[in-house]
Amino acid sequence: MASEVKTVGRILPAPENFVDSELAHEITTQGLNESRRGFLLKSFAAASAALASSAAAAETIGKKVLGGDPNILTLPEHSTTLGKPVVTNPYGMPSRFEANLQRRESPGLTRVSAASVSFAPLQGLFGIITPSGLHFERHHQGWHDIDPAQHRFMINGLVKNPKVYTMDDLMRLPSVSRMHFIECGANTAMEWGNVAVPTVQYSHGMLSCSEFTGVPLSVLLEDCGYDKKNGKYLLAEGGDGSSMTRTISIDRALDDVIVAWGMNGEMLRPENGYPLRLVVPGVQGVSWVKWLRRIEVGDKPYGTKDEAIHYIDVMPNGQYRQYTSIQECKSVITSPSAGQMLLDKGFYNITGLAWSGRGKIKRVDVSADGGKNWRTARLETPVLSKCLTRFNIDWVWDGSPAILQSRAIDETDYVQPRINELREVRGTRSIYHNNAIQSWKVAESGELSNVQVY
Amino acid sequence: MFKCINSALAGFVIVMSGTVAHADAYSNVGRAATAQEIAAWDIDVRPDFKGLPAGSGSVARGQEIWEGRCASCHGTFGESNEVFTPLIGGTTSEDIQSGHVAALASNKQPQKTTIMKVATLSTLWDYIHRAMPWTAPKSLSNDDVFAVVAYLLSLAEIVPENFTLTDQNIAEIQKRMPNRNGMTQEHGLWDVKGKPDVRSVACMQGCNVQPHIRSSLPDAARNAHGNIRQQNRAVGPVRGVDTSTTAENSTHGNKSGQGTPSNAMTDPDMRGLAKQNNCLACHGLQNRIVGPGFNEIANRYKAEPAAVAKLVEKVKNGGSGSWGSSAMPAQRHVGEEEIKSLIKWILAGAK
Repeated sequence: MASEVKTVGRILPAPENFVDSELAHEITTQGLNESRRGFLLKSFAAASAALASSAAAAETIGKKVLGGDPNILTLPEHSTTLGKPVVTNPYGMPSRFEANLQRRESPGLTRVSAASVSFAPLQGLFGIITPSGLHFERHHQGWHDIDPAQHRFMINGLVKNPKVYTMDDLMRLPSVSRMHFIECGANTAMEWGNVAVPTVQYSHGMLSCSEFTGVPLSVLLEDCGYDKKNGKYLLAEGGDGSSMTRTISIDRALDDVIVAWGMNGEMLRPENGYPLRLVVPGVQGVSWVKWLRRIEVGDKPYGTKDEAIHYIDVMPNGQYRQYTSIQECKSVITSPSAGQMLLDKGFYNITGLAWSGRGKIKRVDVSADGGKNWRTARLETPVLSKCLTRFNIDWVWDGSPAILQSRAIDETDYVQPRINELREVRGTRSIYHNNAIQSWKVAESGELSNVQVY
Repeated sequence: MFKCINSALAGFVIVMSGTVAHADAYSNVGRAATAQEIAAWDIDVRPDFKGLPAGSGSVARGQEIWEGRCASCHGTFGESNEVFTPLIGGTTSEDIQSGHVAALASNKQPQKTTIMKVATLSTLWDYIHRAMPWTAPKSLSNDDVFAVVAYLLSLAEIVPENFTLTDQNIAEIQKRMPNRNGMTQEHGLWDVKGKPDVRSVACMQGCNVQPHIRSSLPDAARNAHGNIRQQNRAVGPVRGVDTSTTAENSTHGNKSGQGTPSNAMTDPDMRGLAKQNNCLACHGLQNRIVGPGFNEIANRYKAEPAAVAKLVEKVKNGGSGSWGSSAMPAQRHVGEEEIKSLIKWILAGAK
């Protein structure tokens, strides 16, 4: 099956809209000879006339063009007719041609979709901000769309004044807006042993990055007069059915944790905790409690379900690490990446994402030979602490097999490890916190696939 | 650290308001929580049992509650792997003595159960109390929770069958938890200043790597996530690889907008609704999972004119005995109109 596609060569499978499936199949299996090429050009011209505005018409097949590109020679409808008025869509949506890029479930990963994950389509995203509608999801007992006028937030425990805040109260307070990545502790979990998933969406898509707006938790703790001597740990609790809870150390809470309502300029999306969530920069997503209803200040950790049964990392000797939180430095090439096909030999921009739960990204190196030789990539601005950083590097593909890898280094000089280096310490059964270097194989056909090389 | 943040905050407040002193900086924002409000929400129970309310429950009572409200997902003995991972199994009397579950190190039991992992009994009490049963969280009384925990402990042979768990004896039972010594907080991924446990070096040229591929995606898994071509943009430097070599292979319900539903009863919205309300966790369209497949239900009730009303009641209030031993839990989270349209869809041969 796989080999059939690999024999395609670098010829792009024709756009579905104008080549019938029989011809497409012939081309797929037997290549593009002169007669088929002629037929293809004819159907292309016909399709272009009929479907001048379709995406398929934007394709140019081969180098031969009959008198010129019909997309230029025949003026398209959008150039010759009146377009739609303002507020046709009071809340704008992506183009209909972008429907392929969706968050998706990984079949068989979980059995109950209310306690599941959906992955962000990293393979098609640009820059560092995840569009809010494509932000990955992880719910523990389903999501709700909560009326913000009825939402309450409480701080109690080791505080002088236990308090209740409404959204009105919280949004009056001095707010900050900061860009941070959020990554599930189980991102890339399926790859601890062997290669298991076909694309970067499923291997790394429990990762998103947004600008969050809210009030620093330190402001609220101060407002309640928290016990500075005995207050060592906080419990953050959600308002959903699971009333999800996680322990956060007071040092971290005072450092940069935000009680947030804003995400990318608007309110949080319901799937991301509307109207209130905790933002715990650099820490795995499970601690970013959604639909946040309560913070309790205490003197000991809480041993909640998601730090005593799940989100614990098993070591080779069977001992579990509890309260693993920090997402260590990691990177991945998002394009070209597994499940994608290069159009032809020649120039490509290799692009990807790098991040660290310990601070800023300092450098990203890229290898095209499976890690033997490396070149340093360009980091795009901004480069922010505990935030995604976009990297790019030029690459000319000569048509021979290659293995692409990226390796990030953060400001603590920590170097993203190879999978064997991680396994030496943590074994293969950990599930969580796999930040290994990712390899994508480029076959001669131009097809990329997920492999492990080290 | 504290001092530094405090003075930064104070400075911030002065800039904001000019003169307000830091103690009452945010006047008129928020209000005191009442004792009743705190009691209503402060339900967490810590490993040292701080927060545990008074109460008690016997294994026998726990079994009754279990069979009515828990067994449909977790199995009669907490062993089921159908809906969630198993709760019970994989621990021994030696583990109860040592406080280390031996199977975790030997990896003889690859499917790790909850009782193999959990070190703290408080966690079971706290989580069942706050989040169970699945479709009606927080509906168990404190005594119910003691009873259900007692039943689970008896299944794992941590307590005898005639045991009654109470807030007074729970700390003693903690000393018998099979994996009570199986956790460590000694690692670098917890503390803000924690040190990494893996140190790599950034070699640049002629680095020592093996040239061969150690692992790659098995051919059988190529299309397991649907057609990758339809998961990539149709313009740009790359295309998604067409993995649908065997034509109709979209086996999972991704709302990708790629399907072409033909007749009215295969309405993808209805399937979405069934999925969204978690019906599909226990019922397959054409197969039994925990409960009967929708096709079986349609078959049995096709000649019964009052079936819709009858089944709406069953979904709302739960039922048991019609299809075997697993009970259907009450689905009070689903609206009546939604239930009605789902039932009609199921009876019309849901696809």
